[in-house]
Amino acid sequence: MANFTPVSAAIGGVLIGLSAVLLMLSTGRIAGISGIFSGLLNLRGEDKGWRIAFIAGLILAPILAGLIGYGMAQPTLPSSWAVIVAAGLLVGFGTRLGGGCTSGHGICGIGRLSLRSIVATIVFMVMAVMTVAITRHVL
Amino acid sequence: MWIIAPLICGLIFGAGLLISGMVQPTKVLGFLDIFGAWDPSLAVVMAAALAVSIPGFMLADRSARPWFAGQYFRPGKSGIDLPLVAGAGLFGIGWGLVGLCPGPALESLATLSPGIIVFVAAMAAGMIAHDAWQQSRLTAQRDRQLASATDG
Repeated sequence: MANFTPVSAAIGGVLIGLSAVLLMLSTGRIAGISGIFSGLLNLRGEDKGWRIAFIAGLILAPILAGLIGYGMAQPTLPSSWAVIVAAGLLVGFGTRLGGGCTSGHGICGIGRLSLRSIVATIVFMVMAVMTVAITRHVL
Repeated sequence: MWIIAPLICGLIFGAGLLISGMVQPTKVLGFLDIFGAWDPSLAVVMAAALAVSIPGFMLADRSARPWFAGQYFRPGKSGIDLPLVAGAGLFGIGWGLVGLCPGPALESLATLSPGIIVFVAAMAAGMIAHDAWQQSRLTAQRDRQLASATDG
């Protein structure tokens, strides 16, 4: 567990929880990123403003952090474009079918003590662990 | 100026992913790799987030309406069904392949990394494909109901 960073993880987690609660208290919306983003992908014009504002904030965060000297490193991704595309398609299709992702089910749904979200979180965690086990230790 | 509220919430969310390191796929994969050099950080992130969100949502439940909106938009579905489990399963496979879920993927657009841009485009395509598929199923269902109504 040489990579374990409990203090920064706890601080970051508190901020994520705070963001979800503030979004609910202020606009009445669930801070599920897959849901917020997918609501921008249709042609109907309604209720896009808050979605654009939230995602703009999300993208602005590392840019502002960079201005004060805490910029984010380039993310490390697999070298295979096919894997990146396949993963993106699975994440997009799966989060829509399952009605949420790590934030929507994992933080907001479990935060509301929803059984649906608890089950969804267990399922995607187990599948992700199995996928990593296979790609890193079997293949 | 209500639009400032979701903007600030996005900034705080992004800061949380950034500070916790969860914006980095390698950090997330370190958590998912329980058979390797396991890094439990993501579990701490979730526990800390829930320690805030559980009492916070209870507080929201007690107020009649949000500060800047007429009503709360709460998810209507309850109960466990096949789409929930299948969707979460597919998402889990995609998450495990690269270590990216929607929040960190969108936030990482700030780096202009070509891999991230391709991932987000594929994610959007997956979402659009799902919604188009659902739409065609609904249309087919409606057509069948109309046909049986005419028959009867």
